[in-house]
Amino acid sequence: MIICTSMDYPLRTQCQRVQKQVNGEKERLSLLVSRGSVDAVSQQMASHPQYLESFLRTQHYILHMDGPLPLPYRHYIAIMAAARHHCNYLVYLHSTHFLRVGGDPKWLQGLEAAPPRLRLLDHINKVLAHQPWLTACSHIQTLLKAGEQCWSLAELVQAVVILAHCHSLCSFVFGCDTDADFVPLSSKSPNGTPPTFCPFDAANGNTNVPQSHATPSEHITGRPSLDSSGDVMCLKERIQKSQEEREKQTLQQTDTEEEEEMICLADPSRFITDPDFCYQEFARKEEDHFQVFRVQDYSWEDHGFSLVNRLYSDIGHLLDDRFRSVATLSSLHSDDLKRAIWNYIHCVLGIRYDDYDYGEVNQLLERDLKLYVKAVACFPDSTKTPVCPLRWTPLKTSERIHINLLIMEARLQAELLYALRAITQYMIA
Amino acid sequence: MCKDKFRSKYKHQQHVALRRNMEKMSRVTTALGSNAISGRTMFCHLDAPANAISVCRDATQVVVAGRNIFKIYALEEEQFVEKLNLRVGRKPSLNFSCADVMWHQMEENLLATAATNGAVVTWNLGKPSRNKQDQLFTEHKRTVNKVCFHPTEVYMLLSGSQDGFMKCFDLRKKESVSTFSGQSESVRDVQFSMKDYFTFAASFENGNVQLWDIRRPDRYERMFTAHTGPVFCCDWHPDDRGWLATGGRDKMVKVWDMTTNRAKEIYCVQTIASVARVKWRPERKFHLATCSMMVDHNIYVWDIRRPFIPFATFEEHKDVTTGIVWRHQHDPHFLLSGSKDSTLYQHMFKDATRPVDKANPEGLCFGLLGDLAFAAKESLITSDANRKPFPGGDRRYPMFFFKKPDPTEQFAHVSSALSVFETDLDSHRMDWFVKTAQLYLLSGKPFAELCDHNAKVAQELKRPQVSTTWTMLRIMFSDPANLATPGPNHNLGKLGTLPLMNSFSLKDLGSGMGAESRLERSKGESRQDNIHLEPGNSYISNNEENEETEGSEGHPEYMFGDAELDDDDLYSMEHDNQTEEQEYTLPQEAFQLRHEIVDNPSAPEHLQQDKADSPHVSGNEAEVTCLTPIESFSLISISQPLFSPHLPASFFCPIVREMLSYYAEQGDVQMAVSVLIVLGDRIRKEIDDLTQEHWYMSYIDLLQRFELWNVSNEVIKLSTCSAITCLNQTSTTLHINCSNCKRPMSNKGWICDRCHQCASVCAVCHHVVKGLFVWCQGCSHGGHLEHMMNWLKSSAHCPAGCGHLCEYT
Repeated sequence: MIICTSMDYPLRTQCQRVQKQVNGEKERLSLLVSRGSVDAVSQQMASHPQYLESFLRTQHYILHMDGPLPLPYRHYIAIMAAARHHCNYLVYLHSTHFLRVGGDPKWLQGLEAAPPRLRLLDHINKVLAHQPWLTACSHIQTLLKAGEQCWSLAELVQAVVILAHCHSLCSFVFGCDTDADFVPLSSKSPNGTPPTFCPFDAANGNTNVPQSHATPSEHITGRPSLDSSGDVMCLKERIQKSQEEREKQTLQQTDTEEEEEMICLADPSRFITDPDFCYQEFARKEEDHFQVFRVQDYSWEDHGFSLVNRLYSDIGHLLDDRFRSVATLSSLHSDDLKRAIWNYIHCVLGIRYDDYDYGEVNQLLERDLKLYVKAVACFPDSTKTPVCPLRWTPLKTSERIHINLLIMEARLQAELLYALRAITQYMIA
Repeated sequence: MCKDKFRSKYKHQQHVALRRNMEKMSRVTTALGSNAISGRTMFCHLDAPANAISVCRDATQVVVAGRNIFKIYALEEEQFVEKLNLRVGRKPSLNFSCADVMWHQMEENLLATAATNGAVVTWNLGKPSRNKQDQLFTEHKRTVNKVCFHPTEVYMLLSGSQDGFMKCFDLRKKESVSTFSGQSESVRDVQFSMKDYFTFAASFENGNVQLWDIRRPDRYERMFTAHTGPVFCCDWHPDDRGWLATGGRDKMVKVWDMTTNRAKEIYCVQTIASVARVKWRPERKFHLATCSMMVDHNIYVWDIRRPFIPFATFEEHKDVTTGIVWRHQHDPHFLLSGSKDSTLYQHMFKDATRPVDKANPEGLCFGLLGDLAFAAKESLITSDANRKPFPGGDRRYPMFFFKKPDPTEQFAHVSSALSVFETDLDSHRMDWFVKTAQLYLLSGKPFAELCDHNAKVAQELKRPQVSTTWTMLRIMFSDPANLATPGPNHNLGKLGTLPLMNSFSLKDLGSGMGAESRLERSKGESRQDNIHLEPGNSYISNNEENEETEGSEGHPEYMFGDAELDDDDLYSMEHDNQTEEQEYTLPQEAFQLRHEIVDNPSAPEHLQQDKADSPHVSGNEAEVTCLTPIESFSLISISQPLFSPHLPASFFCPIVREMLSYYAEQGDVQMAVSVLIVLGDRIRKEIDDLTQEHWYMSYIDLLQRFELWNVSNEVIKLSTCSAITCLNQTSTTLHINCSNCKRPMSNKGWICDRCHQCASVCAVCHHVVKGLFVWCQGCSHGGHLEHMMNWLKSSAHCPAGCGHLCEYT
């Protein structure tokens, strides 16, 4: 006889939990938000749990798991990327993460305070965010040129993946209007959990990792858990005591925390240069020397994947999973509509498909949907663009989110394709 | 005579060298029936990157197709000569942008191209006009990845497209005659079988390969998963009916035997980049050529029986090779290739690089038990055969392996000699490791007993240092109460009179308390008093009995009296302890840590208050916390740390930490991990997590090499590192299929997403099983664990009524 537990995949339960929370009453939701146990972005995505899973997995991998870049660098790069689109929400989020992983608070004063190696990334950040077709082999060359501040190819690839991920996430945040609702939590959640902490951890599939916030007293008093004490009364008392203690401590800490918060919340434009650089129409004129990017010559499946996976192992599979799951999302959209949105975004970013009749875009996408898609994909900056209302009556929330997901993924792939093609050219040259 | 022989041999060699040179300079001529192919390694520049190439049947012309190029070149002896440009018209349409091209192998005027915009175009070279375009099929919605003519049928053309469809065209008709659906999974390659008239293979982006019968468009004949990720290419063996080679993005080339019921992987070659094309080499049964789509620009020819090193490589291209084709289907010496670097090459096989010549056929490896094996070329070994073996009397076994020579295998044969050096130095033997791993106790007993046991184990294995270490650990960290030191011990005698439960509890606590090796009789008495009082204590009575509290507080007094005899114990009192600390300038945390070791959670808070408040108040407080169901321990454990007569255990932590690092660096990671586990919380916080994880990993790795699976699992279980404990939870997933529709169940274990039926129903209660499901391997009926247990207690037959005699063990 075999005994089998019908084990639910831990992550899936996590997603379901998130989904349930989203479907739950509003009060409860806002409570959760204020406690910071569910990240606002994850909440939005939770209407598509399969997608959420692969999204969180990727995000966790690039920000927290093995990789050539040190953790503070990763978050700083994410800050730089989010700052390009003035996305306060992401800048704040990554600033707190940055400090938590031991980043130098001075860096948060602005790009000038950051090490020169990171400053070098500014250019490719700018180009990828707004006019990815300008990415050239020469940019890669400058970064990789031997010297004290040089990047290794593996580091650069991870940086590019983080940049593209965050740029496209800005589109999603903008599209879902998360940024506007964003009010930084004046006090951390009661158990000291940073916002967005749980989903990231769970996304790794390591739910058996003893979650560090499970026993708050431990962390604050810095003493190890006391073993073999099954005494409930003692436990209760202990918790009470430690809470009192912690309150004392938090009183002392609030000052510094407030300071840090101030740093995190200041204007994101200090992380970028050339703030006026923004999206321009990708014009295909005769005098224009920017060639149209032909997917048939450089595609994600055939080329991008192999390159990115070679230089930053496993990321290819994770990204592949994201692209595939967004394409197979079960929503009411027909495949044609999905493809039209996807190809339209790639088109405005200069990527063309030989096998697509672009007339279909005009047939399938109504004018205001097209405007919306373009605004979210190219100008996801609430300080410059008024939030474009996409208030069609027939659209359900989950469908709106689906459209935003499509925009995000299409943009991510476009940026990656441009950056990876430049790297390929560099490697051949 | 002898000299003559030598000379003739020398002459022969000279002759060979000469001939080689001549060959290089001139050209190789191969006679193939009436046709003779000759040529040399040569290349020509194309105007644009090539995507694919194809040769005509008589091997005199090659067609190159790409986004901006579509030309026919004649293969002359010294060079390529452009014969025809098929891109005509002022404004070339996307129909000219070719992803693939194929020249018909029967009809030499017929070509087909796959266009990136989804068109399938045929070209007739016999047309008198400049535009040779013949037919245009625009049935595919997405890029067509591959076109393939039937090897013997003139008018049959097959195409595979990104839109997930394969279409078969009869060139005499305007439309496709049949459509094969790949269920919206992109088709990367289609290939007609060389031998089976009706069969073709198709490879897909999701890693599957399907076999179809051209007459049955409704359903594939068979399907199997060949690769993870897209299968970019496949190729049927030209001679062997059953062999299909596939290449994928996962950098593998696999050869499948399709004659059996299930496609069987018979060879596998791991390359260094994704495999874009694979082509069997003519006339060489085990050879195939591959090229990559990304990063790697070389063309490799593999002998599939030697998968670790390419048989030959061609390194001419500067960008990825996009098309390879053997020039003639019966000549193995000419390979043509087109590339993204806008060149077209003809490679001569004799000019290829042979990586095996540069390979180093030497190997060196340590065995588990300290043996060393060394393999090298036989010539090297025999030359130093007279050398003395290693000093120390090591034995040496030279062994020679001869592979049965295979005439078809063209690899240079290297015979290697393998020498195995055995060590008989005790320090290099690993027996102790295995024995220690098996005999050590890591948990399940009180701390001191574990230490004693392990010390004994080490002693028996003649490792006195390790043994002493264990003993010292016990002394440093264990509690006097349960010390089993040899010789007369008052304390033990006293404890013996205690009720059983109390002595137990003391032991448990003891493991947590820092201790001195000696305990005064008076103290033992006072403790006994406490214990005897406690069982009857209620909240009030305890409060009333402040005297008693004082009594427990009065430990130091008892102590003091007795301790006068023993100077060492002077500092052990509470008040003294603090002053001692200042005198010794112990770090502050050491003081706190001492209390962490105690089993009682509320102790530290009290202690902190202690410092501020008067001792009397603290005594009261201590009493209050003791009013918990298990009074007896708590009282003792409170009083004990406050006034215990010994050095704090944490005092030793830095030393122990150093000791552990020492052992780990000595290579005895076993000791480091064992101590880590046995000491548990006492030491864990002292050592950073990464180091701990590293030690655990190394030890587990060693254990698994020695096949000590049980010990390794125990270590995993006992470890506190999250990265380690999750090790034995990998691949514990159980995949189940729905019992109704036989499809895999993805979402939940009990309800099928597809057929919306509850899959796992209990055979006893007929309800859905959502938790533990138990089923019989014999008749595969089952249900709730509890129901099945109960049922099978009373009945021997299956509850489903199938008549099977189930067994529950």
